Amino acid sequence: MDLLNAFVTLSNFVLIPAIAYGSQLALGALGVTLIYGILRFSNFAHGDTMAFGTMVTILFTWLFQSWGLSLGPVPTALLALPFGILGCMALLLFTDRVVYKFYREQKAKPVILVIVSLGVMFIMNGLVRFIIGPDDQRFSDGERFIVSVRTFREMTGLEEGLAIKTTQGITVITAVIVVAALFWFLNRTRTGKSMRAYSDNEDLALLSGINPERVVMITWLIVAALATVAGVLYGLDKSFKPFTYFQLLLPIFASAIVGGLGSPLGAIAGGFTIAFSEVMVTYAWKKVAGYALPESLAPDGLAQLLSTDYKFAVSFVILLIVLLFRPTGLFAGKSV
Amino acid sequence: MIVVDDIHKHFGGFHAVDGASLSIQPGSITGLIGPNGAGKTTLFNVIAGVLKPTSGRVTMNGEDITGLPPHTLFHKGLLRTFQIAHEFSSMTCRENLMMVPGNQSGETLWNTWFGRKRIADEERALRAKADEVLEFLTVEHLADHKAGQISGGQKKLLELGRTMMVDAKIVFLDEVGAGVNRTLLNTIGDAILRLNQERNYTFVVIEHDMDFIGKICDPVICMAEGKVLAEGTLAEIKANEQVIEAYLGTGLKNKEQVGA
Repeated sequence: MDLLNAFVTLSNFVLIPAIAYGSQLALGALGVTLIYGILRFSNFAHGDTMAFGTMVTILFTWLFQSWGLSLGPVPTALLALPFGILGCMALLLFTDRVVYKFYREQKAKPVILVIVSLGVMFIMNGLVRFIIGPDDQRFSDGERFIVSVRTFREMTGLEEGLAIKTTQGITVITAVIVVAALFWFLNRTRTGKSMRAYSDNEDLALLSGINPERVVMITWLIVAALATVAGVLYGLDKSFKPFTYFQLLLPIFASAIVGGLGSPLGAIAGGFTIAFSEVMVTYAWKKVAGYALPESLAPDGLAQLLSTDYKFAVSFVILLIVLLFRPTGLFAGKSV
Repeated sequence: MIVVDDIHKHFGGFHAVDGASLSIQPGSITGLIGPNGAGKTTLFNVIAGVLKPTSGRVTMNGEDITGLPPHTLFHKGLLRTFQIAHEFSSMTCRENLMMVPGNQSGETLWNTWFGRKRIADEERALRAKADEVLEFLTVEHLADHKAGQISGGQKKLLELGRTMMVDAKIVFLDEVGAGVNRTLLNTIGDAILRLNQERNYTFVVIEHDMDFIGKICDPVICMAEGKVLAEGTLAEIKANEQVIEAYLGTGLKNKEQVGA
């Protein structure tokens, strides 16, 4: 039995990746939950919104790289991120003006808006593939590791190594900053309060002199920022491929629903719940078990519950369980 | 002040408001009565911009306000309350009131980050005003309670309080007394009278409680089947044959009609 090595292995393969992935999901789910709370529909185009913001960021990253600009050990993409956010904001405001505004004026039912967002999704999807192509793009540069396996082994003298990728560190730090800024904004500023008021009771908000168009506009701007940050962090951590971002829609929606649609706190909790479940169910526990259990009990097989190919099934199952037993989600958002 | 000119509102084949015309004098407390389904609330919704009329015009001091959205009307001084009290349930009563005057400087993204001082000053003034309003309504002890947790009658008071956060010119109260006990109803009535006298508010009140109407309203307008039936003092209205038939009713008359 060697609990220390077991823990290091666990951290390296489960805890750290899951925390990074959870942060990315949480940021994505925050965007979904804000749209649901304020504009009152499930935005299926969210995954492709993330892809679009990331694509703009990648294009700017390449531009900066060609100019020789860099941030040293930190990826150049962070420098390009504000431009990606601006691009994404422009796209979302444009779609709102030409598409959603019409349906809002008709007072269309949420189910109609959901289908509309499906159409928007296909268009954004096509747009991204048209501009950057359907292939994998890597745009992460700078230092690859904060702590690499070798330095960790040298430092601690342990048998197992622990690696923290720069992108993972950046993901967690950025997510904390963004979430803190968002909560400060929603709870402390007048604009945030208007948004909460509008989300709470639309009719009353209008009769309190709150301008709905401004609330809607600011919501889209915030969603654009959240989506782009989430997309870029995911792209830095893994890689950018339009289809992957489309697929991310499922775990992101699962996160938002598990946490309770319309509840920002729930979106974060949901993001981490989904991420940890997904990573833990698809991880091969052989090595950890080998360290943690007495030799006679150590497993012969991989001790992997589900092949990584099926990782999306985990989101599905959690989604089903939550919808069956607690449809309002963990933090009692709106019933779905 | 407000002139409603031949308003029609159709929902499919159903004519909820069918050619209603009326005018509201500045400084008056006008009562709007009529049987359920007479189109009172629909007419309110049309005037307050929640619904667009099928045809007809609404003017306010000569200006055409037909179909303007509620938040624009709000800034022109036209406010309304709801039949079933609305509130921002997750905010405290004080915060509910502080939400009210729209177009605050804290509402632009620029000021959120760079105009902190101005927002702080504005919030302080608003807070003082909200406390003053709560005191006026004798519910200052509820200031820090979540609005979702106070009683139905108190929510009605809070609704009235919302209208006091700005210098309203005209306030439309939709069944302010529904589901409210006598004592609280008197408090509300007193508040309405004081606002009318001290601050020169104009009120239009939908109400079914005849005592309440008699106490505060003059003139009274009776609607039925989407049309204005009669207008006058409560005594005149009570004596009006058509009104009795359509709304106030006498058991005998109804029976005779059925028989005929």
